[in-house]
Amino acid sequence: MITENQESQYVTVNLGPTHPATHGVLQNVIRLDGERIVDAVPTIGYIHRAFEKLAEHRPYYQIPPITDRMNYCSAPINNIGWHITVEKLLGIKVPKRVDYMRVIIMELARIADHIICNSILGVDSGAFSGFLYMFQKREDIYEIYEEVCGSRLTTNLGRIGGFERDFTTVALQKIQKFLKEFPETLKEFEGLFNRNPIFMDRTVGAGAISDSRALNYGFTGPNLRATGVDYDVRVMNPYSSYEDFEFDIPVGKNGDSYDRFMVRNAEMWQSLRIIEQAFNNLPAGDYHADVPEFYLPPKEEVYNYMEALIYHFKIVMGEVDIPVGEVYQAVEGGNGELGFYLISDGGRTPCRLHFRRPCFIFYQAFPEMVKGSLLSDAVVTMSSLNVIAGELDA
Amino acid sequence: MSDSQTIFKWKHPLEESLVSRLKESFLEAILGTDLSSDMLVITVSKEHILAILNYLYQEPTLHFQFLTTLCGIDEDQKNPPLFAIVYHLHSLENNLRIRIKAYTEDREAPTFPSIVSLFSAADWMEREAYDFFGFNFVGHPNLKRILNMDDMTYFPMRKKYPLEDQTRTDKSDEMFGR
Repeated sequence: MITENQESQYVTVNLGPTHPATHGVLQNVIRLDGERIVDAVPTIGYIHRAFEKLAEHRPYYQIPPITDRMNYCSAPINNIGWHITVEKLLGIKVPKRVDYMRVIIMELARIADHIICNSILGVDSGAFSGFLYMFQKREDIYEIYEEVCGSRLTTNLGRIGGFERDFTTVALQKIQKFLKEFPETLKEFEGLFNRNPIFMDRTVGAGAISDSRALNYGFTGPNLRATGVDYDVRVMNPYSSYEDFEFDIPVGKNGDSYDRFMVRNAEMWQSLRIIEQAFNNLPAGDYHADVPEFYLPPKEEVYNYMEALIYHFKIVMGEVDIPVGEVYQAVEGGNGELGFYLISDGGRTPCRLHFRRPCFIFYQAFPEMVKGSLLSDAVVTMSSLNVIAGELDA
Repeated sequence: MSDSQTIFKWKHPLEESLVSRLKESFLEAILGTDLSSDMLVITVSKEHILAILNYLYQEPTLHFQFLTTLCGIDEDQKNPPLFAIVYHLHSLENNLRIRIKAYTEDREAPTFPSIVSLFSAADWMEREAYDFFGFNFVGHPNLKRILNMDDMTYFPMRKKYPLEDQTRTDKSDEMFGR
């Protein structure tokens, strides 16, 4: 119990919404007793863009750009997650090649996401050089996106039923180059951090959470696995042919910032393994499913063939029949289980679309995680949780 | 709903016993089960949500201890128009997902019991549902808006609130369904 007399001794610090250590517009009002945190009150919603409402007014093929802007550090996973959801509703079976191409892109996105989280955790704890090494590789990943879909950050990658175009030779070369060069950088990065006593002092024990509390708070992804729970959507409910690949689920033990860092690093190695397997066994075949009602025909055909023109018109004008139904599809996003709960009433737009945004769900544990710790630990904790404001606020 | 069981099959060996056990324990509180969706859907009466979720949470062979999502739905097309709340539960031990739905006919002041005492994750999820649909969660420790500003006077995800300012004339293209 806090009496009024004690209350007056606390210092209230406003962290955010535009603070260099928050990496995104999120605010924390922190009450301090000396340097110890007594209480933290997160305020969110600064970049709320009403995506769920917006999605009720957009036809299915116009929703990927909305998903881009949630976790913008790994936008392709959001895009592909949405495509898989719609394919589940429509009952589309995509060719094996599409699955493998998607796996390559999603794992690249996961690496990019983890690069950001881990290297910025380094920056926040005073180690800048790791960030510079790793961001070079992130740039390489973005160049691969560019080659595959034409854009870098908000990718709008893929279409319902597959990809807009096949991987080009340049894209394949770039992926190969990345596979060859990234392990060296990652090794270098791990060499800088993993057993670095200063880094360990800052992160070991900071923002720890137990496995049972983490589950109760709905943690998923690396943050949950750092507590020792090996829940991974890719293994539990495989999608996009993840069952074909051999990989481990790295888990931590203490659920603190250091374990989260280590789990993300280990996951990058596993992602590399998956990309290698998918790249070496990339099946021949078409790069999209044969679903003319949903997949836009090539422009050449639209200009020259009646059927293609009709399909083009029907898709763009939203005259395609969408089955009534509701589906929930989860994919393993950069931060955990990214879920799409889609209800279709047969109209051209979803009747209701709810995004399960992992950030939104685990960030509410933040006050509990930092209670009693130092203010500097709060910064490290927030950084290691990888709170992405876009995903938080939708 | 009931005859759909003859057409659609159980997707997980546990589902059938789950439904029969629930019906045994809660009798008329279980309003229906639907197998036609991608996962088992159980419709329950809203008064018993907490008890049912608690049962599913505690029951040793079930252990639905992971709350995946919680969200509201505005079913204004139905007769009578309804508000629904949907829980996606995941039993990590059995790798089984189920969907629990509850309805209310009260369009003015929809209330649902809060499940924060069971799942800490439900705290912000319920605040979100309150923020966008105006659901009043009885027993929630801190029920206030979360993403929208505090002085907002309406609940934007209800279907009756339009996406854009309806007085605008520059965007009146009906063909694109705006």
